[in-house]
Amino acid sequence: MPSTITEKILAAHCDKKEVSPGDFILANLDGCLGNDITAPIAIKEFYKVIHGTKKGVFDRDKIILLPDHFTPNKDVASAIQCQVLKEFSKKYQLTHYYEVGRCGIEHCFIPEQGLIVPGDLFIGADSHTCTYGAIGAFSTGVGSTDLGVSMALGKTWLKVPETIKFVYSGKLKNWVLGKDLILYTIGQIGVDGATYKAMEFTGVVIKNISMASRFTICNMAIEAGGKNGIIESDEKTIEYIEKRTSRPLKVYKSDKNAEFSEIIEFDCDKIEPQVAFPHLPENSKPISEAEGMEISIDQAVIGSCTNGRLEDLRIAAKVLKNQKVNSHVRCIIIPGTPQIFLNALKEGLIEIFLNAGGIVSPPTCGPCLGGHMGILGAGEKAISTTNRNFMGRMGHVESEVYLSNPAIAAASAIEGNICSPESVLKN
Amino acid sequence: MKGIVIKYSDENINTDLIIPARYLNKSEPEYLAEHCFEDFDYKFKEKREKLNATILIAGKNFGSGSSREHAPIAIKASGIDCVIAPTFARIFFRNSINIGLTLIEFDGIENLKDGDVLEIDFDTGSLKNISINQIFEIKKIPKFLQDIIASEGLVNYAKNLLRE
Ligand code: SF4
Repeated sequence: MPSTITEKILAAHCDKKEVSPGDFILANLDGCLGNDITAPIAIKEFYKVIHGTKKGVFDRDKIILLPDHFTPNKDVASAIQCQVLKEFSKKYQLTHYYEVGRCGIEHCFIPEQGLIVPGDLFIGADSHTCTYGAIGAFSTGVGSTDLGVSMALGKTWLKVPETIKFVYSGKLKNWVLGKDLILYTIGQIGVDGATYKAMEFTGVVIKNISMASRFTICNMAIEAGGKNGIIESDEKTIEYIEKRTSRPLKVYKSDKNAEFSEIIEFDCDKIEPQVAFPHLPENSKPISEAEGMEISIDQAVIGSCTNGRLEDLRIAAKVLKNQKVNSHVRCIIIPGTPQIFLNALKEGLIEIFLNAGGIVSPPTCGPCLGGHMGILGAGEKAISTTNRNFMGRMGHVESEVYLSNPAIAAASAIEGNICSPESVLKN
Repeated sequence: MKGIVIKYSDENINTDLIIPARYLNKSEPEYLAEHCFEDFDYKFKEKREKLNATILIAGKNFGSGSSREHAPIAIKASGIDCVIAPTFARIFFRNSINIGLTLIEFDGIENLKDGDVLEIDFDTGSLKNISINQIFEIKKIPKFLQDIIASEGLVNYAKNLLRE
């Protein structure tokens, strides 16, 4: 039967030869992930599952625990959550437990370290686990009970999703990145446009963009309600992953006559950089329109699992070089991992940020979820390269978050108003 | 299952509105219930108690956003046994099944209002609004998920698998 990438990976991980949308399967996992928010509950559930048996974790090499949300520990309560992770990792001698200083934002860190490879089936107790579809793996976000059970069984239940195929053709305009493509897409189909479905991203534009942009696109599949985002592995994927792992890779492609629930095509010649207005990622508008509205901002955040990779920092630095952040704006830059931080340092990006009057934070989720390190006050507005602009997401319920790519966030930090990098660079 | 309705017609009620991230530094159900819907409707608790409601009705795409299981936990711990909405976000959906919070997909929420008394029959897939004496059809729950629910949640289901 002709199948999609998603269907092929799911079939390869269960006791069936092939699967169809709607089937329920018990799938074998290549890896699973928990963080300082979700793992403590998962660990409790894990103990309930193994209670009364002599069993432990299913595989100490396949469980990844990363404290990245409220770390470096924000307060006593978050410190206690992190202790739970550490104790558990010690007890079961988990290979992949990483302390502050060695870990980064999970969805930047895991692919960077080669902890997931093309063809893998992976779950994470974090909604943006869908990020890894960018390397041709099936990965999806689940809850804590799912993770707890998975740590014991090495399996998880899944409903085989239908796939929507997105085809991006044409040529990208200046300053258009993966972030703009996905914000535009969500603007077109809505925050529930892909609920329960796989989103397969294809087309010449996807072939041509960087791995960083591909991660950004798959990262936000969940913002359209998608179960997973996925991009067929190609030479770029292989080049990215080969040097990071010794595990064998498995490259899957969708069959020509595979069944898609829908095929949606976009002509990229027409897509401008996007800004998603409060309070939903689907409220995206082209930058030309947003700029005309003269929206003043109090904070710019450049980072997160969506746009905290080296390429994102390079783009921000290109805009911020020899410029000054507006005197009434806080510009917070967050390298996604220690490795990215170090590379940014070597390349002189950190110096550019500091000279411009920005500040660089250690790798953390921090402000992205209104956790710490950059909370908004009542009525404040932020432009942010993160993925969610829900009400109160970054602080006070009356604050507002506008989502954009790193170039626009950096330009807006300089201007003090939401604007295009072109407006800044021509001055 | 029988119970009284508390209703919000809003669409896309996300997990940040159900339980804001600032409370995720703890995971005790009672603590989470204290802050359930705080940024969305800070009178939720008072309203629910006044109505004596155990069934929450909401607009489409309920529970979108983060994977925090704290959201269904907070709802359940605040006295709600069942949520009815036209559609649910998928991680919220699986989390709820996994912890034993019943979810029902139902398109006709305009037929339900605050204070209505409902009777739900899962076997026949029917929902009766006793207050207006009308019966509606609801989507049946697939066998695989019924098995998880019948085990009273995923943990017990997994226990059985582990002992096989
Ligand atoms: S950076 Fe934001 S969206 Fe990404 S994992 Fe952290 S909190 Fe979640």
